[in-house]
Amino acid sequence: MSAAHDDHHHGPAKGISRWLFTTNHKDIGSLYLWFSFAMFLLGGTFAMVIRAELFQPGLQLVDPNFFNQMTTMHGLIMVFGAVMPAFVGLANWMIPMMIGAPDMALPRMNNWSFWILPFAFAMLSATLFMEAGAPNFGWTFYAPLSTTYAPETVTFFIFAVHIMGASSIMGSINIIATILNMRAPGMTLMKMPLFVWTWLITAYLLIAVMPVLAGVVTMMLFDIHFGTSFFNAAGGGDPVLFQHVFWFFGHPEVYIMILPAFGIVSAIIPTFARKRLFGYDSMVYATASIAFLSFIVWAHHMFTVGMPIAGELFFMYATMLIAVPTGVKVFNWVATMFRGSMTFETPMLFAIAFVVLFTMGGFTGLMLAITPADFQYHDTYFVVAHFHYVLVPGAVFSIMAAVYYWLPKWTGYMYDETLGKLHFWLSFIGVNILFFPQHFLGLAGMPRRIPDYALQFADFNWISSVGGFLFGASQLILLVVVIKCVKGGKKATAQVWEGAQGLEWTVDSPAPYHTFATPPDPKLIHAQ
Amino acid sequence: MASAGSHDTYYVPEQTKLPFFASIGLFLTVYGLGSVLNDVKSSESATFSTMISLAGFMLLSFILFQWFSTVIRENHAGMNSDQLKRSYVWGMAWFIFSEVMFFAAFFGALFYVRTFSVPWIGGEGDKGITGDILWPEFEAAWPLIVNPDSSLFSNPHEGMSVSEWSLSFFAKYLPFWNTVILITSSVTVHFAHTALKAENRKGLIQWMFVSVALGVLFLFLQGFEYVEAYGHYGITLDSGIYGSTFFLLTGFHGFHVTLGTFMLAIMLVRSIKGHFKPDDHFGFEAASWYWHFVDVVWVGLFIFVYLF
Repeated sequence: MSAAHDDHHHGPAKGISRWLFTTNHKDIGSLYLWFSFAMFLLGGTFAMVIRAELFQPGLQLVDPNFFNQMTTMHGLIMVFGAVMPAFVGLANWMIPMMIGAPDMALPRMNNWSFWILPFAFAMLSATLFMEAGAPNFGWTFYAPLSTTYAPETVTFFIFAVHIMGASSIMGSINIIATILNMRAPGMTLMKMPLFVWTWLITAYLLIAVMPVLAGVVTMMLFDIHFGTSFFNAAGGGDPVLFQHVFWFFGHPEVYIMILPAFGIVSAIIPTFARKRLFGYDSMVYATASIAFLSFIVWAHHMFTVGMPIAGELFFMYATMLIAVPTGVKVFNWVATMFRGSMTFETPMLFAIAFVVLFTMGGFTGLMLAITPADFQYHDTYFVVAHFHYVLVPGAVFSIMAAVYYWLPKWTGYMYDETLGKLHFWLSFIGVNILFFPQHFLGLAGMPRRIPDYALQFADFNWISSVGGFLFGASQLILLVVVIKCVKGGKKATAQVWEGAQGLEWTVDSPAPYHTFATPPDPKLIHAQ
Repeated sequence: MASAGSHDTYYVPEQTKLPFFASIGLFLTVYGLGSVLNDVKSSESATFSTMISLAGFMLLSFILFQWFSTVIRENHAGMNSDQLKRSYVWGMAWFIFSEVMFFAAFFGALFYVRTFSVPWIGGEGDKGITGDILWPEFEAAWPLIVNPDSSLFSNPHEGMSVSEWSLSFFAKYLPFWNTVILITSSVTVHFAHTALKAENRKGLIQWMFVSVALGVLFLFLQGFEYVEAYGHYGITLDSGIYGSTFFLLTGFHGFHVTLGTFMLAIMLVRSIKGHFKPDDHFGFEAASWYWHFVDVVWVGLFIFVYLF
């Protein structure tokens, strides 16, 4: 065996070069998570600007064009900068440890996947300081707002999307190769933890749809700079074509942001209910079904655009079908808790809140799926309430649950449980004050993405804004908890949680820099 | 070395400067390119932006060259276990799948405009009223020779697709010959692979040379076709949706052929250097898979852009 092979078991390099040049999945996982948190605060700041402007009717703080830039940048930063990288960071940290692999399959490419992101988001954020202002056409960047009428910074937006797409594709290839090729002997597919399963399917979705996003922004680029007419009916194209291609990417994308969350919750609930996960097999099949269905429901985002009636019907029924596998999942989580010996540490609180609040977001989704009803709800605050319920107390809560759950494994110390619970309760109360009234606003007809509103919407708006400020400020507690936990605290055991199962709990806390350089004892691998 | 257990020798590389600098290169490339496009649009000098983009691209190319060299060197040093090699196989396979989906977006756009938007603008179905009001004179057709608004998008003179189904027509039809060339090149790459596995290095080099030559010939003819399209047919990027779909589909395909030819050329050089063994030549296989993929995309293009 060559020398280069044998000497890779030492610890991390010193100084900044450790982070710039690392090939270690744990380092890269940490980079992703910190980057995601930074973007979460940046996108959150934009959200605070939006809620501050909407605190009262009338135009107080920002001009309408800047308001549009805020809604656009908030959405883009949160989706591509906060939620997705957080899940990739968790995948990096946990998947190799969960399947007993020494690292990710392609460690150098792993580093590249990460380091593209800061550059991409620097370029995107820099548009705020350019003369033409940041993109102002909404995170869904519908043509012709994003082509004919776009500020010239749209060009940088397009290239930022291109390179973050390249990052996502490389990251996903790495995750699939790791899961399919790097499992320890005895780790059969149906013994994999659900977090691994959900990420396998998510990575497949990413590879399938990120190139379609690249395709649609490329068509925009050519419409803007080279005179093509993809989205211009005067040349035989169609702005609606943009929406079809975008949502063919966009709908799987929303499942990309929720499937790993399912995996996290499926890990946490059995631990704190001290029972095995109910219906493991059906969880796997439900995840796969949701992924499949995600490809044939995209036009439910476009019911009011003027599709043929057959299309409206097809997309309505296909969308409703998703409730079935999702219902299976919710049932299984509840059944796992049923008669469990439950305790309510911070990860479990976030996980339970996830089950309840995500289900609510799911129900409003079902309402929106009904085509004739959607004619009423479309582009109102009801839609905003719906997708924020699935994304904030859904995806974001699951990420926080995951951080609290695995933080002792990462740092070797227990986090401050009191502060954790405080963070949870303030977030839980804040998020509901923030988004619940938006259902009423939407049903009463308040349109989204408008900086001013009619007087009858005033009360619910200030309530929502107060909730927003509460939720936003509470997130700083998470920062304090994490920094405290990195610095020290009560030593964590390898097991950390009494009821935790899986290979990641068989290694020390903090996890050694290199784990499973030789595969674990197959006897440690249990059915889920 | 190959006999080592597949699970206990996975090579996890040391920390490396390559990807970080590749990110800088990639960033400068796209930032520069975006600035060039914006400069041109606002009629400003694009010299500085062009230099940034080129510098970024050179940095990226240099890093990728180093990166691939490192991987090849590691393989020759016997550091890559069978399991690691399978990771590369998965990596390439899923990369090609992502490319398939990239083309799917443009094929999807083609099908959509042909099936829906152009007929609707022509007044078909219950969506037709908009088209009737906006452009009552417009008649749906494919290839779209008369655009809905010809003052915004100049009309092409005629389409590129097959106009008559006869042997004499196909004998003079350039896309047909390009199809023949590309399919032949797929076969010659396969012959090269067979020769490689039979340890026939001379045959390998010869067939690889033929494959690269066919790739270059395809690109030359494609370039010739573009000149024809712009010069004689009046089909340009800004001549409406026919030109848009035609140039983006064939153009991105041509770009991929360029990349594929480049890969094959590298494999030719590596064959001459004797890099490949009958049981260990994944670089070659990856390039050949890519080439077959490019070929399959062309067949799709030939059917839906040229034939029907």
